[in-house]
Amino acid sequence: MTHYSTANPLGLGRAATLAGLRERRGGLRPMDLDGVTLDTWIGRVGGLEERPVVPRLAEFDCRNNRLAQIGLQQDGFDAAVAQARANYGPDRIAVLVGTSTSGMEHCERAYRQRDPRSGALPGWFTERYSLNLFSVADFVQRYLELSGPAAAISTACSSSAKVFASAARLIEAGYADAAVVGGVDSLCLTTLYGFNSLDLLSREPCRPCDAARDGISIGEAAGFALLEGPGRARSGVALVGYGESSDAFHMSSPDPSGDGAYAAMHFALQRAGIAPREVHYVNMHGTGTPANDRIEDRAIFRLFGDSVPCSSTKGWTGHTLGAAGIVEAIICALCLETGLVPGTLNLDRVDPAFASRVAADAETRDLRCVLSNSFGFGGSNCSLLLGRLA
Amino acid sequence: MSAVHLESVGVLGPGLPDWKTTCRVLDGELPHRPEVRGDPDLPQLPPNERRRVPKLTRWALAVAHEALAGAARAAGDVAMVFSSSSGDGEIVHKLCEAVTSPEREISPTMFHNSVHNAAPGYWSISTGSRQRSVALCGHDASFAVGLLEAIGLVLSEQASVMLVACDLPFPEPLAALRDIRAPFAVALLLSPASGERALARWKVSLGAGPASARFPHMLPAALATNPAAQALPLLAASRASVAQSVSLVYAGDRHMTVETAPCR
Repeated sequence: MTHYSTANPLGLGRAATLAGLRERRGGLRPMDLDGVTLDTWIGRVGGLEERPVVPRLAEFDCRNNRLAQIGLQQDGFDAAVAQARANYGPDRIAVLVGTSTSGMEHCERAYRQRDPRSGALPGWFTERYSLNLFSVADFVQRYLELSGPAAAISTACSSSAKVFASAARLIEAGYADAAVVGGVDSLCLTTLYGFNSLDLLSREPCRPCDAARDGISIGEAAGFALLEGPGRARSGVALVGYGESSDAFHMSSPDPSGDGAYAAMHFALQRAGIAPREVHYVNMHGTGTPANDRIEDRAIFRLFGDSVPCSSTKGWTGHTLGAAGIVEAIICALCLETGLVPGTLNLDRVDPAFASRVAADAETRDLRCVLSNSFGFGGSNCSLLLGRLA
Repeated sequence: MSAVHLESVGVLGPGLPDWKTTCRVLDGELPHRPEVRGDPDLPQLPPNERRRVPKLTRWALAVAHEALAGAARAAGDVAMVFSSSSGDGEIVHKLCEAVTSPEREISPTMFHNSVHNAAPGYWSISTGSRQRSVALCGHDASFAVGLLEAIGLVLSEQASVMLVACDLPFPEPLAALRDIRAPFAVALLLSPASGERALARWKVSLGAGPASARFPHMLPAALATNPAAQALPLLAASRASVAQSVSLVYAGDRHMTVETAPCR
């Protein structure tokens, strides 16, 4: 994982993200989207409304692709990819982007402007360049002038954790030498009102692991990482393992046994040949719903006991859905590079039923290996194990 | 590139009710008769679950069950790769109508059914499989994009993989923007080893320039508009008694070449 960048409710770029975590300054705010009356908090990325996509890709212009572009422009990421393109050739770099809703917000706008008589959608709207899930991967591939394997991966809230696994396999199977992996999800009415219909939205900033937690806060974010084959990097952060599983339980409720979550974490460690005691921090999926955090705590305790600090960073960013996997992988990379265990924001009292070691406050440790969890609707689980090189 | 092996197939489309019939149509033994049928009723599922399953997932699970039965394998032994360009258009349409209505009321079931991985989710729930799964999209190239993902899994993990590709026509008004004129679903069970059952051996590579595969002449042109039906030229070539090369639409104006050779 030789380069990475993010734009999320904490700000634009890695430094803004790290500063927010260190200073315990959250990125959530009361709902302020035009015309939305839901009593909830959201995480927005500033400036999306004023920054259209570059003219050469104008047909892709929508909130989600704008967010992708801002993410690509942070931390010198696009320049790093240009260098990789020169090294490997554009057709040897894969582009895999996770998203749950792609340009759904654009489609909602189009539906508000339907012809009152015919019901037709307005002429400015296209399916291919916004609503279609591939739109964001297509946009990223063209923006970076790459031509290798490309896909949008959409497994709800595990989407942009899954991209790491797919990229590692494509590189191992010889279809690419490197991969740009990413996740981009932007605020839209469908997810806001959808989670509201499931009674999963908190009225406050979300409070993962708190005894009084009562739901999620939705955020929007983009994150990207450049993965190069084994042995390319001598320092920095590497993907050392990944694990995937299915719950086989319910479309929108996690399996109370936690077996699926446990299996994903276990497979990640097994693949890397790492023992649980060698993991120094677990970044939880930790959405702030009563069920998710309870079940995840149980699964973490089963694997790690109460010695490994774990925490959720969704109190800072909100739940960025299809972007959550990579945003939290990037937070883990920042932690590995700085020794920061970020703790948990908005946590007053850890749920007394929890057995694992929830880190409420920030800590500083020698971090060598950290785990990041992402669990999605459909019982789609993915855990990523990241390690520090040298 | 190493080869993967095609173990079994499931097919569902107008006039193509299963793999056996599809073989006879592709071999020219049976004329293609495009008949309109309703959505599959999934006798493999318990009745209460059968009711809950959304439309696109019905098509996906129907072909997955056919391929699983054809390989005589347990669901818990195969990973699933699901690929679709447009997902469940009925749900997208209903959600957009709902959130742009004054009440903005969404059905919670419809919301959780709207995820692109609904088919692998229901597959896992209804079969009890805890195997990993993934759901992808590559617009017009969704079949080849799904195939490459499945091949990555087979080759790097030595796993058996069920690739399911499925697309259905959009309802209006979205239909005006996306030309998919016939429903189609296909399931391919792929494995690393050449077992007794293997139907064909495939080697896959990507190349510059557009695809050149010709859609099987005996099938209607409307079917060729379905991204999942890109599987049909490949399956037709895989029926041949000699090695063939098929070029399929891939993302970014490139093509995927599949070299197929018979296993028996």
